Amino acid sequence: MRKKLIVIGGGPAGLAAAVAACDAGIAPSDILILERDREPGGILNQCIHTGFGLHRFGEELSGPEYAGRYVDMVRQRQIKIVTDAMVLSLSEDRHLSFVSPATGFVRAEADAVILAMGCRERTRGALSIPGTRPAGVYTAGCAQRYVNMEGYMPGSRVVILGSGDIGLIMARRMTLEGAKVLCVCELMPYSGGLARNIVQCLNDFDIPLHLSHTVTQIHGKDRVTGVTIAAVDEANGRRPIPGTEQYIPCDTLLLSVGLIPENELTVGAGIHMDPVTGGADVNQHRETSAEGIYACGNALHVHDLVDYVSEEAEIAGRAAAQRIQAMEKQSAHTITVKTGFGVRYSVPQRIDVTDGVEDVRLFFRVCDPYKKVRVLVTDEQGNAIAKRARNAVAPGEMESITLRADAIRMLADSGCTQIGLCLEQMEV
Amino acid sequence: MIYDVLIIGAGITGTMTARCLAAYDCSVAVAEAGPDVAWEATRANSAIIHAGYDCVPGTVKAKMNVRGCAMMEEICRTLGVSYKKCGSHVVAFGEEDEATLRELYDRGIRNGVTGLRILTREELRQMEPNISEAATASLWAPGAGIVCPYGLAIAAAENAATNGVDFYFRFAVSGVRETDGYYTVSNGTDTICARRIVNAAGVSSADVAKMLGDEGLDVQITPRRGEYILMDKKCGGTVNSTLFAAPSAKGKGVLVARTVHGNLLIGPNANEVERGDTSVTAAGLAEITAGAKRLVPSVNPRQSITNFAGIRATPSTHDFMLFASEEKKGIIHAIGVESPGLASSPAVAEYIVQLLSEDGLILRKRENYIPTRRAEGNPKLFAEMTDEERAAAIAADPAYGRIICRCETVTEGDLLSAMHSPLPARDIDMLKRRTRAGMGRCQGGFCSPRAAALLAADQGTTLDHITKSGGGSWLVRKREDIVREVEDHA
Repeated sequence: MRKKLIVIGGGPAGLAAAVAACDAGIAPSDILILERDREPGGILNQCIHTGFGLHRFGEELSGPEYAGRYVDMVRQRQIKIVTDAMVLSLSEDRHLSFVSPATGFVRAEADAVILAMGCRERTRGALSIPGTRPAGVYTAGCAQRYVNMEGYMPGSRVVILGSGDIGLIMARRMTLEGAKVLCVCELMPYSGGLARNIVQCLNDFDIPLHLSHTVTQIHGKDRVTGVTIAAVDEANGRRPIPGTEQYIPCDTLLLSVGLIPENELTVGAGIHMDPVTGGADVNQHRETSAEGIYACGNALHVHDLVDYVSEEAEIAGRAAAQRIQAMEKQSAHTITVKTGFGVRYSVPQRIDVTDGVEDVRLFFRVCDPYKKVRVLVTDEQGNAIAKRARNAVAPGEMESITLRADAIRMLADSGCTQIGLCLEQMEV
Repeated sequence: MIYDVLIIGAGITGTMTARCLAAYDCSVAVAEAGPDVAWEATRANSAIIHAGYDCVPGTVKAKMNVRGCAMMEEICRTLGVSYKKCGSHVVAFGEEDEATLRELYDRGIRNGVTGLRILTREELRQMEPNISEAATASLWAPGAGIVCPYGLAIAAAENAATNGVDFYFRFAVSGVRETDGYYTVSNGTDTICARRIVNAAGVSSADVAKMLGDEGLDVQITPRRGEYILMDKKCGGTVNSTLFAAPSAKGKGVLVARTVHGNLLIGPNANEVERGDTSVTAAGLAEITAGAKRLVPSVNPRQSITNFAGIRATPSTHDFMLFASEEKKGIIHAIGVESPGLASSPAVAEYIVQLLSEDGLILRKRENYIPTRRAEGNPKLFAEMTDEERAAAIAADPAYGRIICRCETVTEGDLLSAMHSPLPARDIDMLKRRTRAGMGRCQGGFCSPRAAALLAADQGTTLDHITKSGGGSWLVRKREDIVREVEDHA
C-alpha cells in the first residue's frame, strides 16, 4: 500500500493533523489514519467530564464531544480511518507494517508520516512501591475506562496517589458514582494538576490532599486491604520520614503519577529523542530527525489541554501537506532553543528558518512553581527578543511564548544559532 | 476411578513428571493447591538453566542439574517453549573471589559440566562490555541458559492434559487414607484415589511427606523469599548472558540477566519469611539494586516495570531428596527441590518415573501419544510469528489482527486460544502467564479491561465476576454494590 500521508493514531492529535493536511490540499483518498482502538477519539472517549474546547471552540465540551467534532470533520472530508489497527513497525524511510482484523497484515509506505500515538500512564512498577501485589491497584486512566466505558466500579474505598489531572478527575468521578475517596497523596509540595481541578474535584467534595506524602506499602493478598502512607522529607530526596507512617484501610489504590509519551515506534525508527520530554526532538513544523516524519500531541510531549494538542497537530498536518506538495525543501538555517533558569523543556527544541518562516510559539514547562516571573527569550548576546510577564507559573500547567517571524528572520540573518529560554524573577 | 498415579503439586517438578508419565499408558492426576500450575516457587524465580558447576559433587542436585541442563533444549523445542543458551559468568572482584571461581571450576569438572573456562578481565569485558571496571575475572559456562519457568510448566502441563492427564486445582491435600491397595487423598471436600502418589509439593513437600505416612522424616523446608526487579525491554541488551556475583556464604548472590522475553532481570536476595509471604520491601529492592549495580553499574532502577518476590523451598538437608518411601508402598517423594530445580526438572521427572517403574508401575508406551501441547501442535503467539505467519494467522482468524496488549503485541486470537487451551485461562493472571498480555511496560493499564471483557464473554458472565487470580481478587463491582458497601461502612 502506498499513501501520501499516514497518520499513526486516531486520537485528538491524529484527527486534527489529518484534517489540517486535507485542508492544506492533500486529497482525502491520499490520507490514511490508523487507530488501534475500536473507535477514533483516543482517550477523550473516556473523559466524560467537561472542560475541553474552551480555547479551540470557545465553549465547554466533554471529551467525547470534543473528539466527536474532529471525527465529524474527518468524516465530512471522507478521510479513511482503519480502526482496530496497530502499527507493528516503522522505518526512518517511512515504510511501515500494520495489522487489523479488517485489513489483515499490511505493508505500507508514505511520503509523510505523522506520529500521534499519545501517551501511557506510569505504573506501580515504575514507582517501585513495596508490598504485596493484589487486585485493586489501578492507574487512574484504567479506572476511568472501567467507570466511564464499561460501567463498573474499580472499588469502594479509594486512596489516590498523585495529584495529576486524571487522578483529580477520578477522585470526583468515583465520589459521584458512590465510592468513598479517602485522600489524595502527592509526593511533591505542590499539585501536579491544573488549579481549577484542585478546586472542582477535591475541595468541592472535601477530599483531603496530603502534599509531600507518598504510599510506602500496599497490603492485601487477593485484593487491596489497605495502604501505608507517609510524609516525605523534602530535604532528603523525598524519602519517607520514619514515624509518620499511617495505615489507611481501603480496597483500591489509584495511581496518577505521570504520563509517558508512547514512542516505541519512534525509537524503533531511529529518530532522535528528547530525554526530558520523552518525545522526539522536532523543529517548529514538528518534523523529527527523520525527514517527512512528524510528531504531535501527547506522543511528542504531555499536554494538559487538548486544545493545544489540536493546535500542535495542525502545525504537523500542514507541514506534512507542504512537504507532500513537493514545496522545495530549502536548506534551512537552524536555531536551537536552549533552556535556562526555571525552564524544564521547550517544544519545539529548534527552529528551521526558511523564507516562509512564520511566527513560532514555544511551549514549555517550568521546573518549580514561581510567582511574579518574566519569561525571557534571549539571543546569543543575552538581548531579550521576546518577554512575557506571568503572575504565577507551575510545572502542572504548560506555558508558551511566541516569537515573531520578523524577529526569527533577523536572528537568522545575524547568524544566530542558539536562543535562550528562561525565567527571570521580577521585583516583588 | 482409581488413578495409577497422583502427583501432588503442579510446579515445575510436578508438571514435568506429569509430562513424562503422559507418554505411557497409565492414568495420571495432578492435585494442585493453587488455582493454576506454577503457583509458588516456579512462578517467580531467576529463570536460569544453571550449568551445574555450583552443586557439591556427588549430591543428587549435581547429578540432576547437569543432566537436566543437557535435556532442556530438546524439551523446549518439542513443547514450543522459548529457550536460549546464552551462557553465564560468575564474576570475581579480587583474589578471594577468584579462588572461589577456581573452586567452582573444579566442582564443575567433577560434576561433568563441559565448556567451562576461567576468563581474564579483558576476555570478560569483551563479552560483556557493561561489566563493572572492578571485575577481575569470570567463570564462563557456555551451557547455561534461560527459559520462562512458568511458561515451561504450563507447556508441560498442557502436553500432559492433551494426553489425558487430569488436573485438579485449588486442591490442597489435607488428608490421606489407605485402603485395599490404593490411597484416597482428600482436600476436606473432595477426594482423589490413586495407587501411587508422587509428592512434588515444593514448600509443602515435608508436610505432605508426613501426611503420606513418612512421619519420621528428618527434614524441614524453610520458605526463603527472593525479591526481583524486572526492567523495560529497552535495557535487555545491557547484558549478553547471565551474570552472577561470585557466591558467598549467604547464597549465589544477586544476578543480572536478560530474560528469554528480552527484559532485564535483577535479583534475588534471600530472606527467611512466613509461608506465602511474597511481599516486596523497600530494603529488599535497595539491596538487589545495589547488588546489580556492583556487577553492572549502568543498571538503572528507573527502568523498572515491575517488582516481585518468589519463594524458594529450601530443605534443611541442602540436597534434593528423591526416593521411594520405605514406610509406605507406592509413595515417591521429591522433597526440597530448590534451585537449580528448574534446570534439573527434566532429569528429576525422568528419575521419578524410574522410581515409579521400580515400584511396579508398568510403563507401556501410549498409543497415539501427542508430543506437543495440543493435538494440532504447539500454539504460537502472534508476537513470536514471522510477518508471513502473521498474515496467514489473520487470514485464517481475523481475531489475530486485533491487538489487545499493545506493549507485548498480544492479539485477541492469542487470548482466545489461551482461554480454550487444555488448561484454560480463567482469570487475568492466567491469561497473562499464557500470553504475556499485561506483562509489558504499561502493566495492563490499557489491556486489562479488554482482556477482562473477553474473559467475561467467554464465560458467559459479567465483568464483576472476573478476577485477577481467583478467590477474592475481584477487579470491579457493580455500582449498586459499591454504593451499598459505602453506606454500610458509614
